[in-house]
Amino acid sequence: MDAALAAEVYIPHLCHYPGLTPSGNCRLCVVEIGSRSAAACITPAITGQEIRNNAPELNETRKAITQMLFVEGNHICPSCEKTGNCKLQAMGYYLGMLEDHFPQFYQRREIDASHAKILLDRGRCILCDLCVRASRDVDGKNVFAIAGRGTGAHLIVNSPTGKLADSTVETSDLAATICPVGAILIKEQGYQVPIGQRIYDQHTIREIGLQESIAKKNDD
Amino acid sequence: MINSCPHNSDSPNEHLLHRLYALQQQFLHISPESMQQVAREFNLPVSQVVSVVEFYSFFYTQPCGRFHVLFSNCTSCGYLAGEQNLMLILCQQLQVIPGKTRSDGLISIDETSCIGLCDQGASLLINGLPVTRLNPDKIAEIAQCITTETPLAKWPAKWFEIQDTVHQRSLLLTEQFIPGSALQKVLTQGADETLSTILQSGLCGRGGAGFNTGKKWQLCREAPGNAHYVVCNADEGEPGTFKDRFLLRDQANALFEGMTVCAFVIGAEKGFVYLRGEYRYLLDHLHAVLNQSRQQGLLGQNILGHANFHFDIEIVVGAGAYICGEESALIESLEGKPGIPRIRPPFPVTHGYLGQPTVINNVETLIAAAHIAIHGSTWFKSAGTEKSTGSKILSVSGDCCSPGIYEYSFGVNIQQVLDDCHAHNVQAVQIGGPAGKLIGAADFNRTISFEDVSTGGSFLIFGQQRNLLTINRNFARFFAHESCGFCTPCRVGTHLLKNNLDKIANGRGTAYDIEELKQLSQLIQHHSHCGLGHTAANHILDSLQHFPQVFEAKLKQHFTAQFDLDQALETARQVTNRDDAAAHLD
Repeated sequence: MDAALAAEVYIPHLCHYPGLTPSGNCRLCVVEIGSRSAAACITPAITGQEIRNNAPELNETRKAITQMLFVEGNHICPSCEKTGNCKLQAMGYYLGMLEDHFPQFYQRREIDASHAKILLDRGRCILCDLCVRASRDVDGKNVFAIAGRGTGAHLIVNSPTGKLADSTVETSDLAATICPVGAILIKEQGYQVPIGQRIYDQHTIREIGLQESIAKKNDD
Repeated sequence: MINSCPHNSDSPNEHLLHRLYALQQQFLHISPESMQQVAREFNLPVSQVVSVVEFYSFFYTQPCGRFHVLFSNCTSCGYLAGEQNLMLILCQQLQVIPGKTRSDGLISIDETSCIGLCDQGASLLINGLPVTRLNPDKIAEIAQCITTETPLAKWPAKWFEIQDTVHQRSLLLTEQFIPGSALQKVLTQGADETLSTILQSGLCGRGGAGFNTGKKWQLCREAPGNAHYVVCNADEGEPGTFKDRFLLRDQANALFEGMTVCAFVIGAEKGFVYLRGEYRYLLDHLHAVLNQSRQQGLLGQNILGHANFHFDIEIVVGAGAYICGEESALIESLEGKPGIPRIRPPFPVTHGYLGQPTVINNVETLIAAAHIAIHGSTWFKSAGTEKSTGSKILSVSGDCCSPGIYEYSFGVNIQQVLDDCHAHNVQAVQIGGPAGKLIGAADFNRTISFEDVSTGGSFLIFGQQRNLLTINRNFARFFAHESCGFCTPCRVGTHLLKNNLDKIANGRGTAYDIEELKQLSQLIQHHSHCGLGHTAANHILDSLQHFPQVFEAKLKQHFTAQFDLDQALETARQVTNRDDAAAHLD
């Protein structure tokens, strides 16, 4: 994946962020190496490898996976504070997703509004594990983890009460801002950017995906 | 940090899963306070303890009843395997809702994935102990014992009996195993020659994947590391498989000696048996055999007087997670973490337990290795086919007169097995469990072997009277329940498959849903992270290919709403206490 991005080849991805240890959970980055399907983010590049990436059937698969993420959670795009800046939404646009396709799950998922400055809405979480890795590997705090099994999997907070307020998370943490969707939000900052000026109003997820990495962020 | 710290810092011999089990036993659940306490004891983040508790089915965050009953929901040993819904009967007699502990705390009843008692009739686990051969009469007696709070020790002993029946013996089950005989041979001939014997035998893994055992040992032996480990995968979770249950009871000596032979070859000093939580009742027996082996000098320091050969075995008991049969998930579990499969490569042979080179073999594979060490590769190759040497032990169950253990030389055809177990009017056979292959009568001449139909041992027989769609729904539920939740295609996809089959079975499906099933199945099969996802849709694709009429019979010709609008109002009617005509849509 990182080799592809360095060569300015975009492979759609949600759970990957260059600079963090890859996880391979979202499966948006499925590519074909020979007859084998592989997640690009966890497959090391080898010289001479032939990889199919921007193929119609792979993009169809990616669209279906994006739809799966949409129906599994409770995504409220029109009213979500993240709208226009959300990677899941931008991915939907990029892949030409026009409807959910699959029936909604309507799962009940807990909101944690205990923290003064950070909101956690598990209904919008796509279990990408980015906040878990960012907190553990960059912030050095280990605030988040994923618990449960199957569709019961959910984000948990590493504090005695399980509440965000009792954790060590701060708004300056990478974990507080890396969320690709509207699951972890900094409070009192919603809707500040007018429609038309939000990230994905002006760029496709492809353009942003080719630019971003933790290293670049640190250089700023 | 996510720590690989499976052991208690205060009592280093205690494994995280065992500590949690002890708390579950003591308090009938694991409370947030208990989790914090364990986090301190093991020097782990509390979130890691929570994620372990919430991952495994046998750990509960709400109190279970003092009698905790788990019915198997397998197609062979499940509560629906017979004509009546046995779980419903017990629930009615004891006034319990499945999954909810009765308000007085006496009893809780729920279902669980196959408990490996498929040859013993409908079965359940009560506080971890198996009760077999259930029928409505026995259920009534059980209800009586629970109501009177009779301790399990005073229940009729024969209720807990497991009768192992071996109907067919080939290479392994005809040989008498004398403890120490494999080790004596191996210690005399040396590690190199032992390895070449295993390599020459062509022995391949008996768990289903069929990787060459000698090759695995060789790769592990050559891999650099601070320590090497031998792990026995006794997490026999594939529904319909129970041959390891039998082998653990009957051949534990040979198993431990097989592990010791492997340890000698790869240079390991420590081995683990990862035993599925459903088989916890075998633990006393296994510990007794281990102790006996230690006394005989077959385990421990200076094995059989060999100055530089030290090896011992620890048993780690799982807690209800099918995925832990996947070798890298098993290692995660051994390390005290949720059983989420690792990214492979690297493979366990180079980066396994605690990142060190590790051999993971199935129970049957290690027993075969012990026998090969004694009798040699030629003996082993005398049975089987060119590519599938030796024999395979099958767990035969379902619609036949003689369910039980059958050992055949590889290459036996399916019809032969069906004849031997007296199965008549067979509609289909599911070989290798829900993750395996569904075979119709036209293909009963196919053979059990790595080159044709491969199996970890599960051989489920479905007679003509069975509704295959019901079987598919059962399997789909199983995978949705057992998906670890790590990757999107499997986590969401298995759930969608289950819902889709339910929709068809409820008479709301159309031709569109068949197409949808196919596409979803292929997506999950090709793009999931691990073997669970890769195989979870096999049974649906097989059914669609060989038994399309099963689905077609249920399809509507025209558009049908996904759900019943009037039925959807039922909750509202109940809440408002109305049932008049205006409260219905029709």
